[in-house]
Amino acid sequence: MAEIQSYTMNFGPQHPAAHGVLRLVLELEGEVIHKADPHVGLLHRATEKLAESKPFSQSIGYMDRLDYVSMMCNEHGYVLAIEKLLGIEVPIRAQYIRVMFDEITRILNHLMWLGAHGLDIGAMTIFLYCFREREDLMDLYEAVSGTRMHATYYRPGGVYRDLPETMPKYQESKFRSKKEVERMNADRQGSLLDFVEAFTDKFPGCVDEYEMLLTDNRIWKQRTVNIGVVSPERAMQLGFSGPMLRGSGVEWDLRKKQPYEVYDQMDFDIPVGVNGDCYDRYLVRVEELRQSNRIIRQCVDWLRNNPGPVMIDDRKVVAPKRVEMKDDMESLIHHFKLFTEGYCVPEGEAYAAVEHPKGEFGVYLVSDGANKPYRLKIRAPGFVHLSAMAEMVEGHMLADVVAVIGTQDIVFGEVDR
Amino acid sequence: MTDRFETLAARIDERFGEQMLRVESSCGELTYEVDRDHLVEVATALRGEIGFEILIDVCGVDYLTYGSDEWLTQSATDTGFSRGVEREPVILDEADEFDPRRFAVVYHLLSLQQNVRMRLRVFTGTANPPILHSVVDIWNSANWFEREAFDMYGILFEGHPDLRRILTDYGFIGHPFRKDFPLIGNVEVSYDEEKGRVAYQPVSIEPRTLVPRVIRDDNRYSADLKDKTDG
Repeated sequence: MAEIQSYTMNFGPQHPAAHGVLRLVLELEGEVIHKADPHVGLLHRATEKLAESKPFSQSIGYMDRLDYVSMMCNEHGYVLAIEKLLGIEVPIRAQYIRVMFDEITRILNHLMWLGAHGLDIGAMTIFLYCFREREDLMDLYEAVSGTRMHATYYRPGGVYRDLPETMPKYQESKFRSKKEVERMNADRQGSLLDFVEAFTDKFPGCVDEYEMLLTDNRIWKQRTVNIGVVSPERAMQLGFSGPMLRGSGVEWDLRKKQPYEVYDQMDFDIPVGVNGDCYDRYLVRVEELRQSNRIIRQCVDWLRNNPGPVMIDDRKVVAPKRVEMKDDMESLIHHFKLFTEGYCVPEGEAYAAVEHPKGEFGVYLVSDGANKPYRLKIRAPGFVHLSAMAEMVEGHMLADVVAVIGTQDIVFGEVDR
Repeated sequence: MTDRFETLAARIDERFGEQMLRVESSCGELTYEVDRDHLVEVATALRGEIGFEILIDVCGVDYLTYGSDEWLTQSATDTGFSRGVEREPVILDEADEFDPRRFAVVYHLLSLQQNVRMRLRVFTGTANPPILHSVVDIWNSANWFEREAFDMYGILFEGHPDLRRILTDYGFIGHPFRKDFPLIGNVEVSYDEEKGRVAYQPVSIEPRTLVPRVIRDDNRYSADLKDKTDG
């Protein structure tokens, strides 16, 4: 038999562990990886160019579709950049709602990551557990915005509407008995905040369950410890951010260091890894689940006691209510202008960054004073992390590639934009 | 925040003098313009001496149509305005030389130690194709960002180890984010039954503008008029 020295293998784009449409061209020697060359762009939709052809507020929906597992955080980066250019400050209640939904989004994202990462490297159960809790959070999205994923809930000037007083309930059907529906609706009797509070009560227990399945699991450790090690120096050199940077032991979190909205009012800790391997990044993200839960709880307590406006009262940016439009000429004009032309954003440039679940999500906006962005650049954390893929997998086995893709928490909506 | 900025700005001004030109910012951000010849020198010093250890972002910008609108509404008309806007035909730049302020590359830097950000803008000059020196050796994260800027704007980076297209299709022609590249693109793909493969053909859809681009003379945001009530 001829001895095979080295060969090239094509991984993806249609591979369940490629997290979407990653095509990896791997040069292997036996099962050891010599070189990895990720080919991206299969999901490239030119979001940035499309945004240049639309009024500012019409692109918020595109932001949801970037990283489609952490929708509201993407919106947040974009509306922050617009608000920075317009020089407007959103009402305090809207800031709390945004922080609460940012953290809900973080839990959503991390649950998706945990489930998919587990599934990739052989832990089936965790996937089902994670999706059980995701369902509740999706319901929260639906309750405030009407959609389960692409919310378009954050708007320049605040959020679309205040938190609803009721939660939608499950209906009895031939697939769901009355008893079962009653159990499922038990937490849904009160307002949205009651439901969130009930969630925050039970969620730490859920995280304990995930940890029971994985943290001390021998197989899990074999697959993740010492895989994809990145030193803090390299992490900075490679432009890492978020859990990837913290997993390498660099204490950096925009929520603490450059707080936006009301994060400076929140009491939470930043988990930091030690070894910079896949296992540490796992531990960091799991701890972030707990910290996010803490933040959500603080927001709930504040939001209960402090009613107020959730949108600024500036008719040049925010459309008037429909009721006002019916009998107020000026409101009608404002409404017409905002929906046919949009608002002109003053000339200038702004960079707004948020601590997205995956890292630093930045939006660089250049405006020449028109009603459309002149240039919009989205700094996607996944793009930067994936560019380090070659370095992280070199010398590892083929099976570890999957672990590294998982640990990078790649979503192609944002990598390809 | 502003104190840290000003200290940093003073340090940069002292260190680089004429090499870096500070640009006014309306939202409290630190922006500098650097001549393309000094880019590597400045970038090395910014990383080593000033301490910007992370390169957050690199992006190209095409200033071809900056400040121009599609719909002039300076004066009233008798007939009203139509929603159907004719896009100004952009003349493809076949010339050997570009306007020196057409293409720029914008670098966003972050210093973890000092907790500050700054922005560096470098215009590529008149060369066609536009070319700059790569900063991959200084910040490794520039690798894919520069590939993206090359792909989208056709800006070349001298010294880049692997300057290939990154986001567009294999065999793509043109640089799609340039302002003279149509939004609808030049080609469309469809499955060809006879050939038994996917085939390219010129686009068949009509370009349209739903909302025209307008620039209003809006004084609400000018600094000296802000926060002043009527009278």
